Amino acid sequence: MSAPARTPAGAPGSLTGPGSGGVGDDAARPDGTLKVRGEFAYGSDLWMEDMLWGVTLRSPHPYARIRSIDVGPALAVPGVKAVLTSDDVPGEKVYGLELADQPVLAVDVVRYQGEPVALVAADHPETARAAAARIVVDYEVWEPVTDAITALGHPHWNQVHDGTARVTELSRESAHLHPEGNLVRHLKVRTGDPAPTADVVVVNTYEVGMQDQAFLGPESGLAVPAEDGGVELYVATQWLHVDQRQICSALSLPPEQVRLTLAGVGGAFGGREDLSMHVHACLLALRTGKPVKMSYNREESFFGHVHRHPATMRYEHGATRDGDLVYVKAEIYFDGGAYASSTPAVVGNGGTMGIGPYVVPNVHVDCYGAYTNNPPCGAMRGFGSVQTAFAYESQMDALAAELGMDPVELRCRNAMEQGSKAITGQVIDSPAPVVELLRRLEAMPLPGAAPDDLRHMPGGVSNTTHGEGVRRGIGYAVSYKNVAFSEGFDDYSTARVRLEVVGGEPTVTVHTAAAEVGQGLVTVEQQIARTELGVDRVVVAPKDTQVGSAGSTSASRQTYVTGGAVKAACEAVRGRVLERAAATTGRPVGELRLFDGAVVADGLELPLAELLGDDAVEETLEWRHRPTEAIDPETGQGFAHVQYAFSAHRAVVDVDTELGLVKVVEMACTQDVGKAINPQAVVGQIQGGTAQGLGLAVMEEILIKDGRVQNPSFTDYLIPTILDMPPMRIEILEYADPHAPYGLRGVGEAPNISSGPAVLAAIRQATGLPLTRVPVRPEHLTGT
Amino acid sequence: MRLTCTVNGTEQQVDDVWEGESLLYVLRERMGLPGSKNACEQGECGSCTVYLDGTPVCSCLVAAGQAEGREVGTVEGMATDEALHPVQQAFLDAGAVQCGFCTPGLLVATDDLVTRSLAAGAPPEDAEIREALAGNLCRCTGYEKILDAVKLAATRMSESAR
Amino acid sequence: MRFLQPTTWAEALEARATHPDAVAIAGGTDVMVGINFGRLRPPLLLDLTRVGELQEWSVDGGDVRLGAGVPYARVITELGDRLPGLAMASRTIGSPQIRNRGTVGGNLATASPAGDAHPALLAADAEVEVASVRGTRRIPVTDFYTGVKRSALAPDELIAAVRIRPPAGPQQYSKIGTRNAMVIAVAAFGLALHPDRGVVGTGIGSAAPTPRRATAAEEFAAEELSGLWESRGELPAATAVRFGELVATAAAPIDDVRGTAAYRVHALSVMARRALTWAWAEYRTAKES
Repeated sequence: MSAPARTPAGAPGSLTGPGSGGVGDDAARPDGTLKVRGEFAYGSDLWMEDMLWGVTLRSPHPYARIRSIDVGPALAVPGVKAVLTSDDVPGEKVYGLELADQPVLAVDVVRYQGEPVALVAADHPETARAAAARIVVDYEVWEPVTDAITALGHPHWNQVHDGTARVTELSRESAHLHPEGNLVRHLKVRTGDPAPTADVVVVNTYEVGMQDQAFLGPESGLAVPAEDGGVELYVATQWLHVDQRQICSALSLPPEQVRLTLAGVGGAFGGREDLSMHVHACLLALRTGKPVKMSYNREESFFGHVHRHPATMRYEHGATRDGDLVYVKAEIYFDGGAYASSTPAVVGNGGTMGIGPYVVPNVHVDCYGAYTNNPPCGAMRGFGSVQTAFAYESQMDALAAELGMDPVELRCRNAMEQGSKAITGQVIDSPAPVVELLRRLEAMPLPGAAPDDLRHMPGGVSNTTHGEGVRRGIGYAVSYKNVAFSEGFDDYSTARVRLEVVGGEPTVTVHTAAAEVGQGLVTVEQQIARTELGVDRVVVAPKDTQVGSAGSTSASRQTYVTGGAVKAACEAVRGRVLERAAATTGRPVGELRLFDGAVVADGLELPLAELLGDDAVEETLEWRHRPTEAIDPETGQGFAHVQYAFSAHRAVVDVDTELGLVKVVEMACTQDVGKAINPQAVVGQIQGGTAQGLGLAVMEEILIKDGRVQNPSFTDYLIPTILDMPPMRIEILEYADPHAPYGLRGVGEAPNISSGPAVLAAIRQATGLPLTRVPVRPEHLTGT
Repeated sequence: MRLTCTVNGTEQQVDDVWEGESLLYVLRERMGLPGSKNACEQGECGSCTVYLDGTPVCSCLVAAGQAEGREVGTVEGMATDEALHPVQQAFLDAGAVQCGFCTPGLLVATDDLVTRSLAAGAPPEDAEIREALAGNLCRCTGYEKILDAVKLAATRMSESAR
Repeated sequence: MRFLQPTTWAEALEARATHPDAVAIAGGTDVMVGINFGRLRPPLLLDLTRVGELQEWSVDGGDVRLGAGVPYARVITELGDRLPGLAMASRTIGSPQIRNRGTVGGNLATASPAGDAHPALLAADAEVEVASVRGTRRIPVTDFYTGVKRSALAPDELIAAVRIRPPAGPQQYSKIGTRNAMVIAVAAFGLALHPDRGVVGTGIGSAAPTPRRATAAEEFAAEELSGLWESRGELPAATAVRFGELVATAAAPIDDVRGTAAYRVHALSVMARRALTWAWAEYRTAKES
């Protein structure tokens, strides 16, 4: 394997860190010291002496045909080294996570505002930007399709209700965005009576706006041409090997010639599952023969990654007078935007998880993902479940109100438990403590009245109320989320673990390709190795494609799947070490264990330094969770998911009901994590996930008008500040999942799902308004 | 143009600076100090916070030439080779670092807050901390552990000052 | 692009006169955003941060003369008693880092309808002191804003200072944002009671093409309060309500990503009603103390 000619400043090294601590301990991050010193290199920090800067020219139109592109004026700019269009893509011109439908650079048609059209490399970013602005693209502008229901030709709800239902006519030939039509996926769940009736029925429609991952570290990376004609790419991403597959296809190079290394990642939350600048930087590097750095600014970042699908949902819940759910019917539309990205899987989750952690005998769900000319939507933390949770939890509150029941009581009455059947027919075969999560929340003390201080009022120091119009509300929500990849996906991770003695000290090196995005997987890898091998010094090798795939840092899966792989590889290493010790000492393997750098047994302590000498014991293996299966396309039945995570939130809010301003006073969360591998990191995931859910409930939305993004900046796309996040109470339950390593459950997504609906419920209680759309804006609360 | 300023106590001189470059760009791309981060480049996130003549500012909003002759302090200047600054150590101990992209800016803002509060005689209270750090966005932590870290740093810094 | 860095006011005015196409930069909180995102490419940047005269405030003839380069942070810490309305507005601006750099002079130069200082300056009857090599003039702030991001500043002029008479009565400032910090105003309202003149000053922000006063509301309040200044009697609730309604009628807002026109009108009526109620309550208490 050919090494790069040079290594950039900021190329990642091995992490050792100062820490200690095994499974269950608050071990310190091995990258923590680098991060607080400002020495941890993110993608945008990579640097080489003679590197060029790459920039992207993007379409200003949501939908248009490209008549011609003239790159001549850009090439004439001094300092410009290359200008590329789709003609310069040597391999497949389209890529995609699940369906290859997205052009590397626009081919004839642009389908969303911001679609990459051309690339420029120059010696200064200002030069590259100025040159890109001189590329002449002649567009024939088309009318964009901007509504998912219209795109599918389905009748809108209001037409259904006023009796004028008709299939929407798409007026233009161009309204078929892709040759096969605008439907990406339609998922059906059908159980029980197809025409159920109930004493009490509530019907509502809900909308969830388009949320952005808003990770702080913009898309960035550095491509370095290699002597073998290949390329080294240092990039901030979530799944190196799926990137590699797509890059190879576009570059028409074999995997050996496209080597990826994970650069420092400044947050991900799903937004780095799809390619951004990956292929572009490689194309420019290969064309110019020089290293090329690409680093989006915040505005470009809003156009450079997929967002959370906006959703429109109609739910009908039927129950007995006593509050037993009889049936749920749901129609869910996800707007996938211009390209498929992970829409099929989002539809899968949205549909199969779409009624919440409740037992319902009769279920009828239709979940659709559609192409439109809006920005492409794909993965974001919570993945299809965030949207539906707003709907099903709002329905539970509406039903409780209709029944005159306490909303928590109604939830507990219908809650799943171990042994219950999910709507896929799958039996929940590990703990499902939904009732306990809710009851524990109820038992937590409530916060007192807000102190008489502006900083505690809705509006804060903006001085809009001194208490006038302020009403308090309390809301509850519970959610569940499938962990890891579902529906028969071959979901595995690869770990290479090496035990050797370095400088007299037993040292374990863990090498996986699993992306550390901030969550602390590198810490977990160390903790598992320490526990399994009884060695304190654990080195985490850089994440790269020199080892097999770890799968994506998504779906709350890495601690489970890569954690499982590291554990299994450690066990294999341990087996070989103990066999060797058994051979040396004559003691049966069964009596031996690894502890504190030695093989120990009754009356025996054999230091590893002595046992191994200069030998290294290394094992590389792939590890899989138990398989799932595809669901039946007509009924949605099947063993779709490997594990579920459960969390619940209670939100307390103060609302200035006259001005429509919300202050979240406290968030409380209970979550079952099976086993907290690193309790401090688990709490961090719950707090961070809660903040993102809160953000969607009250402020976060990419606003789209006629296919155009109205607020691509942190000035107008607002995420919570420290003044918007209240103090939290957290209780963690640890009911082991017998099928998972250490009994653990994926942690990251569940709290992101239940927090927003709890905030919405609390605002609803404070205001008495139905509130069927998030984010809730002051206009919704004031009728303006 | 040529720019000369003092960064973390050391005089730095760089040439061929384009007049439209920000102090942030100069630090990151010309002086080899990428610790200050480029999350928004419009003063809305605080990731690029540095000291400019002792005052925390967004370095993305300082034109390079405005730093001429000034004293700049970045995250890279907080620790010694041997020991972390108490604010840095507190962020680690409290678990306030996840992806870490907001961390450099938060460390500078926290150091300023705690130093000023202690000089005024008392560690900062929660409401003060929140108002003082409202210009530093974090997307990972939900801020709870950042609040813990600030309080931990204030306690340690006030003890070591005694 | 060129970069000029005068160190005296005379040099700055000379440079301004020579380079009418230069963009003046102080705290950089507007200019650098434009440059960073490629929206602004002036041939010359005129840096005013080295002009010592701009960095100070003083009391001059009974007015506070606030140098155009004094950052908001200093308005809050040094002028909270003398300029309470402006200090309250300053506290809502951006983040601490922005308040350490951003200036009232810059807010005026940008003249955005959403500038946070404007409603407070309008309510307090501030004057803008502008200068050029031709001389110095004072512009009542009411006349300063001439359009969306346009002002009465001539191409060869720079803003020297803002002059504000310290208040004879209470002041209030309220701003709506959909986040509890770091947010551009959806709507803002400034109020100043001038009991010495029997006048109520107002200013509204983010609700019209320019910051503006609510003249009808001011006249209504002056009339309604004319009998109350002396007695410091209770403010009739209906007066506050009507005042709020009249403030709202002065607005001519638009729908945009930050809020709807209808909400802005509604919010102004509520903020104005509350602000007058608070200010009057403070005025009454001030007598008792």
